[in-house]
Amino acid sequence: MTEPVPYDQLLSILVRDEPRVLTRITALFGRRGYNIKSLSVGNTEHPGVSRMTIVVHGDRGVVEQAIRQLEKLHDVVKIIDHSLEKYVDRELVLVKVAITPESRVEVRQIAEDFRSRIVDVGRHALTFEVTGDEGKVTAFIEQMRPFGILETMRTGRIALTRGSNADIASHIYHSGESETLRPALEGLEAREERARGVPNLF
Amino acid sequence: MTGAKALWATLANHGISTVFGYPGGAIMPVYDALTFYPEVRHVLTRHEQGAAHAAEGWAKATGEIGVCLATSGPGATNLVTGLADAMMDSVPLLAITGNVARHLMGTDAFQEADITGITLPITKHNYVVRDVEELPQIIAEAIRIARTGRPGPVLVDIPKDVQLAAYSGQIPKPHARPEIPAPADEAIERALELLRSAKKPVMMVGGGSLDSSAEITALARAWDIPVITTLMGLGAFPASDPLWLGMPGMHGSVAANRAISEADVLLGIGLRFDDRVTGRVNGFAPNAAIIHIELDAAEIGKIIRTHVPVRGDAKVAAARLTEGAVKGVWPEWTAQLQEWRGRNETPEHWGAGYAVKAVVDRLTPDDILSSDVGQHQMLCAQLARFEKPRRWLNSGGLGTMGFGFPAAIGAGMAEPGVRSVVIAGDGGFQMTAQELATLKMYDIRNVKICIINNSYLGMVRQWQEMFHGKRYSEVWLGDSNPDFLKLADAYDVPGYRASSAEELPAAIDAWLNDPKSALLEVVVPHEHGVFPMVPAGAALYEMIESDPKRAAELKAQLADAPMNEVPMNEVSDA
Ligand SMILES: Cc1ncc(C[n+]2csc(CCOP(=O)(O)OP(=O)(O)O)c2C)c(N)n1
Repeated sequence: MTEPVPYDQLLSILVRDEPRVLTRITALFGRRGYNIKSLSVGNTEHPGVSRMTIVVHGDRGVVEQAIRQLEKLHDVVKIIDHSLEKYVDRELVLVKVAITPESRVEVRQIAEDFRSRIVDVGRHALTFEVTGDEGKVTAFIEQMRPFGILETMRTGRIALTRGSNADIASHIYHSGESETLRPALEGLEAREERARGVPNLF
Repeated sequence: MTGAKALWATLANHGISTVFGYPGGAIMPVYDALTFYPEVRHVLTRHEQGAAHAAEGWAKATGEIGVCLATSGPGATNLVTGLADAMMDSVPLLAITGNVARHLMGTDAFQEADITGITLPITKHNYVVRDVEELPQIIAEAIRIARTGRPGPVLVDIPKDVQLAAYSGQIPKPHARPEIPAPADEAIERALELLRSAKKPVMMVGGGSLDSSAEITALARAWDIPVITTLMGLGAFPASDPLWLGMPGMHGSVAANRAISEADVLLGIGLRFDDRVTGRVNGFAPNAAIIHIELDAAEIGKIIRTHVPVRGDAKVAAARLTEGAVKGVWPEWTAQLQEWRGRNETPEHWGAGYAVKAVVDRLTPDDILSSDVGQHQMLCAQLARFEKPRRWLNSGGLGTMGFGFPAAIGAGMAEPGVRSVVIAGDGGFQMTAQELATLKMYDIRNVKICIINNSYLGMVRQWQEMFHGKRYSEVWLGDSNPDFLKLADAYDVPGYRASSAEELPAAIDAWLNDPKSALLEVVVPHEHGVFPMVPAGAALYEMIESDPKRAAELKAQLADAPMNEVPMNEVSDA
């Protein structure tokens, strides 16, 4: 048997917007020892539904277990496994870089190359805002590192699948009864299996 | 109508006839409203843990939802063990707790506890009712969640002012039970293919198969596949059938554990491969391709690599596998298993095993047997012969001492025409012994309590004997145990006692024939081990078949057992 290889898995989780839902999700990860690398949460266009993007770090077994355990939570409406379809993802980062009279111009030039905006100017530091996918953000930080990074704050990744299909049809939301949200889950396993080239046995 | 009345009306609408509970300040409006609903019987236990386990006993025996009730704070936290127990054993349970008024919540008010926070990981779902208009719907939804799919406990926390608020809506009817998804055709096809190619197949069925017992029995007989029932699955297949091999795992039978170790195809139904069943995971069924029929997708592949996952209704899956059956193509395998079957030790000498066997041999297939947790539990599981599902109640997943007696009360109240027998240790019985009062208060006549008194926390003592150099640390109860007969007498419960093999039959007769609920204390030798045993961390094929104390006998036995890789002295000296 080959050793399991850990990787970062991007998941979007649509949840009912109810008290404790965030606790339920994070408690599940905590109790079972799944490693969350980043987590961001926000409202959706639909009242009553929030959307989370979670980056789980683990091997395939861990990621699959995490998805299945999440599916069992009553508050979870749908889980989107972003490894199965094309997606766009972004992260917003604030980076405070130390500057000296000598480095100032060079730092600004790099920021411009990254289409980064200056959001705060201090005597000895500039704070930049960068949005982009993980590669861009990492590259920006690496470029700035030699000048001295004083602080960073990252929002964590957020993602949407590409194309004109919404991840969940809006009419599902408006039918009122929470149980009608469940069928949305059913496509998931089929898609997972297809993507792996494994016959769908469920 | 108040929220509290709407609660009772909703429960009554759902056919809830009995709830087990204990009152307190934060749930008083609900208790007050109860007086208007004579169609619902409330059973006052003497501790909220007793209420939770009684509700579990009700649910485990009937397959229907059990309901328990408690006040806020300490009342609610006393339910916690029962909820965790129900979660582990997939028992449909509805727990209703009162809480302080909404404006006091979060202020550390008197008797406030964040019970939804506390029970988050040990309930299938939980609610705080913040608006009285939602109360009945939430109760209806909670009942539905508790009993659909893989069943489990759901808690509804109701602030006191919500109980008192006026409710103007309808009282909801029960949700229709959603259909259980049927397994995919392709999965069934692959399972059939694998079974047809098998030379040494074995079936292993767990607690999730209890309601598919008829289909599973037909399946096994159609193919001639030997069947192993887990601790939770005992009764899903009739013990009198020659295909039955007993229980697997730590205290499983020689035949079951060897069958698993040798099998080339293992068909698991409604189980979760608990570590007490598998032993060391990479030594579990080392030669077998695994078919796993299970409703809860998260259980498939969680512990054991599954070759053919079959997600869905075990009833349907079993019926479809029966249709494709090819009968009896492995005569050598079944002959081999029959030989191993003969190896199980039957207790001949006076001791806990002897006593348990004498009691369970007197039970009929209709009797309900509950056990508490410890050596006597494993002895019950090894020695009782269950012909039907839902006649065996025990705390499998959590291993909760104190479970057995209140669970027997709950089951006894659910089925007043049936004998509800509990076998408990002297340790565990004392964890919920106060429920003797419940027997007295409701004049319950069909609960038979048997205490196997070895003066020790026996199971812990056995581990200390085997793995901690016989340092018996804090397990001796003998000097402080009550006189159990006097204790029973204090509650008007008749008591009987036997201290030897000679006294036992007459004592059992008198105890079982007593027209009232009664207690039998069997005083047994202090030191008695449960075997076979697979030490924690060992593989099933490394099982210790019998008591290492009888080393000489054992050596002879081992000579023809090459699979037993752990020399006895190594284990007992560890
Ligand atoms: C609430 C709880 N506390 C502790 C344990 C650990 N434990 C498991 S078995 C056992 C001993 C049980 O002793 P007894 O009830 O006398 O039964 P016996 O093993 O002697 O049959 C203990 C302490 C447990 N399972 N549950």
